[in-house]
Amino acid sequence: MAIFLTAESKVIVQGMTGSEGMKHTQRMLASGTNVVGGVNPRKAGAIVEFPGDHTAPVFGTVAEAMEATGADVSVLFVPPPFTKAAVMEAVDAGMPLVVIITEGVPVADTAEFFAYAQSKGTRLIGPNCPGLITPGQSNVGITPANITGPGKIGLVSKSGTLTYQMMFELRDLGFSTCVGIGGDPIVGTTHIDCLEAFENDPDTAAIVMIGEIGGDAEERAAAYIQEHVTKPVVGYVAGFEAPEGKTMGHAGAIVSGSAGTAQAKKEALEAAGVKVGKTPSETARLMREILTA
Amino acid sequence: MDLYEYQARDMFEKHGVPVLPGIVAETPAEARAAAEQLGGIVVVKAQVKVGGRGKAGGVKVAKTPEEAEAHAEAILGMDIKGHTVHKVMIAAGAAIAEEFYFSVLLDRAERRYLAMCSVEGGMEIEQLAVERPDALAKVAVDPLVGIDRAKAEEIVDTAGFPADLREAVIDAIEKLWTVYKNEDATLVEVNPLVRTEDGSIIALDGKVTLDENAEFRHADHAALEDKAAADPLEAKAKHMNLNYVKLDGSVGIIGNGAGLVMSTLDVVAYAGEQFGGQKPANFLDIGGGASAEVMANGLDVILHDPQVKSVFVNVFGGITSCVAVADGIVGALEALGDKATKPLVVRLDGNAVEDGRAILAHAAHPLVTIVDTMDGAAAKAAELAAAAA
Repeated sequence: MAIFLTAESKVIVQGMTGSEGMKHTQRMLASGTNVVGGVNPRKAGAIVEFPGDHTAPVFGTVAEAMEATGADVSVLFVPPPFTKAAVMEAVDAGMPLVVIITEGVPVADTAEFFAYAQSKGTRLIGPNCPGLITPGQSNVGITPANITGPGKIGLVSKSGTLTYQMMFELRDLGFSTCVGIGGDPIVGTTHIDCLEAFENDPDTAAIVMIGEIGGDAEERAAAYIQEHVTKPVVGYVAGFEAPEGKTMGHAGAIVSGSAGTAQAKKEALEAAGVKVGKTPSETARLMREILTA
Repeated sequence: MDLYEYQARDMFEKHGVPVLPGIVAETPAEARAAAEQLGGIVVVKAQVKVGGRGKAGGVKVAKTPEEAEAHAEAILGMDIKGHTVHKVMIAAGAAIAEEFYFSVLLDRAERRYLAMCSVEGGMEIEQLAVERPDALAKVAVDPLVGIDRAKAEEIVDTAGFPADLREAVIDAIEKLWTVYKNEDATLVEVNPLVRTEDGSIIALDGKVTLDENAEFRHADHAALEDKAAADPLEAKAKHMNLNYVKLDGSVGIIGNGAGLVMSTLDVVAYAGEQFGGQKPANFLDIGGGASAEVMANGLDVILHDPQVKSVFVNVFGGITSCVAVADGIVGALEALGDKATKPLVVRLDGNAVEDGRAILAHAAHPLVTIVDTMDGAAAKAAELAAAAA
C-alpha cells in the first residue's frame, strides 16, 4: 500500500528538460519510477531518450500530459521565479499530487499556490523538499533509491539529508514510504498529514518523525499523535545548538523568542508518549528496539 | 531579513503609510544637523534589531539640536542586549494622544496570513496576547485575496476602533498591506500606531521582515542588508556562496543539508559534554551536489576561524558524491601545506562512499582521521578539540 505513492503512480516531470530535471528524471527512471512524460511548451512533441532504453515524451501543458498518459503525480524541477505558475497549472489540470523540489520559492507564492491547491483538492508536497520514496515501487524527487528497500517503517522529515541518514541507519529493516516534507515556513503536506496516512496504512507498522527548530509543527504533531496515532512513533529533533534569530539554511528553521525551540518540541513529543533520540543513531536504536521486540 | 526602524519608516513612506519625518545619523554631528533640519522637539532613537531599547535608555527626547547631539553621543556605541548601536534615527516629535497596535504576518500553522490589531497599544504585544487576549483582534487573511477594503474594515471593527478614527485606520491598514504584499514581507508590525492630539493616525515605529527568497524580484532589497554588522568570516563565506553561521565553540563543522548540519551541531555538543563542554564553532552547509571546490572553500573559511581547534566533516552523500568531498579535503590541505595544523575528523556515507574513503586513505594526511559513524566521529572531534585547547 504505502502512502501517497505506489508502483501504480504515473509521474510527469515539470521542468524535465532543464539540467536538474534531466539529471533527476534519469535517476528516477533508474530506480523504477514510472515516468510517463515531461512538460515544456517550447519542446512539445519531442521525445527525450534516457539511458537504459527509457524514453519520455514532452507535452506542451500539464493537461495534455495528463490526458495522453493518465499521469496522477507531477514533480517540479522549475526555478523559483516560475514555480508558482507551474504549480497553478498542475492544480488547474486536476493533478492529484504535486511534488515541488525547488528551493528558494518566495513564501508569498507558496501561500498562494497552497491556498489554491487546497481549494481544488490537490495535495502538494514541498517546496524545498527531497520528495518521497516508496522503496521498491516508486521514487519521486531526489532521494537516493539505493540506500534501503521496502519495509514496515514510515518516515516523515523536514530535512533531506536527515531522511537519508535515518534510511541508512535502518536500512536492514526497510521502509514503507519516506516523505521529505521540506523545510520552508509553509509546506503543502505536514507532519500531521503523514502521521494520519501512516496510521491508516496497513503496510506501516511504526513511524519515525524527524523535526527541527522553528514554528510549532512538531508540537501540533505531538498533540495529534496523542489523540489519533496508535502505532509506535519515534522522534528526533534537530537544532538544539541553533542560536535565536539566525537562519540555518531552512527558511523555516529560525527560532524567535521561546517558541519553536528544539527543547520545547522534544518535551511536547515525549509528553505524547513519543520516544525521542538524542542523535539520529540513538533514534534509530529506539526504532529498532520497537520493531525487534 | 529584518529591517531597521529607519528602513521600515522609509518603506512605509514609499507606500503612502502615514509616518513622521525621520533622518538616520551615524555621528553626533549628523544627529545635530538632522535635528536642526527637522526643527522643534525630536526623538533620538537607537537603531537596533532587538526589542526593549526604550528601557535600555536607547530612546531620548531632545528639545534642541544640542541636546540631540548629546543624546546621540550617549546612545551611539551603546550595547543593547548584545547589539551595538551604530546608527540613530532623529525623528520628529509628536503629541501622542492614544497608542494602538497593528501587524500582519505569516501564519505558518494555518498556512495563510494573520492580521492582529488592538486599540490597546504601548504594551509588549506578547504580554497583551497572554494577559488580555480579548483585547487583541486576530483576523485570518486569505493569501489569494489579501487585505482588501472589506478585510481592513473587518480588522478595524473587530479591534473596536471608535467611529471617528475608523476611516483613517482602514486607510493605513490597506497601505500597510501594500507594503507586505509588494515588498514580499513576512512581517509588517506597527507598534505603536498612534493618534496624535491633532487627530492624525501615524505609524510611529515599524518592524519589517523581508523574505530573502523573493530577492530575485526586488533588486533594491540587497542595499538594505547590513553589511557592517556581519561577522567577517560570515561575510567571506557569503561571498563564496556558502551557507555559514559563526558560533562560539571550538569544533568546526562542515556538512551537507541544513537538517543534517543542525543535527551535527547537536551531536557534537552532546559528545562534547564528555570533553569539558566542547561546542560547535559554526554551521556550514555545503548543500546538495557540492563540488570539490565548494568543499575546499568551506574548509578554507573554517580553518581561518581562530576559535576552531578541530574540524568535523560530516557528509551523507545523496546527490553529493563522497569522491568530491574527499577530493575537496585533499585539495584544500595540499593548498594550505604547512599552514594546515588543525586535526580533521571525517565521516562519509552514501553516494560513492567506498571511493571517497579510499581517496582519503590513499592521501593518508596526518591531520585526517576517518571515523565510520556520526556519533563516533563527533566524539573524536570533541576529544581532539579538548586536547588542543
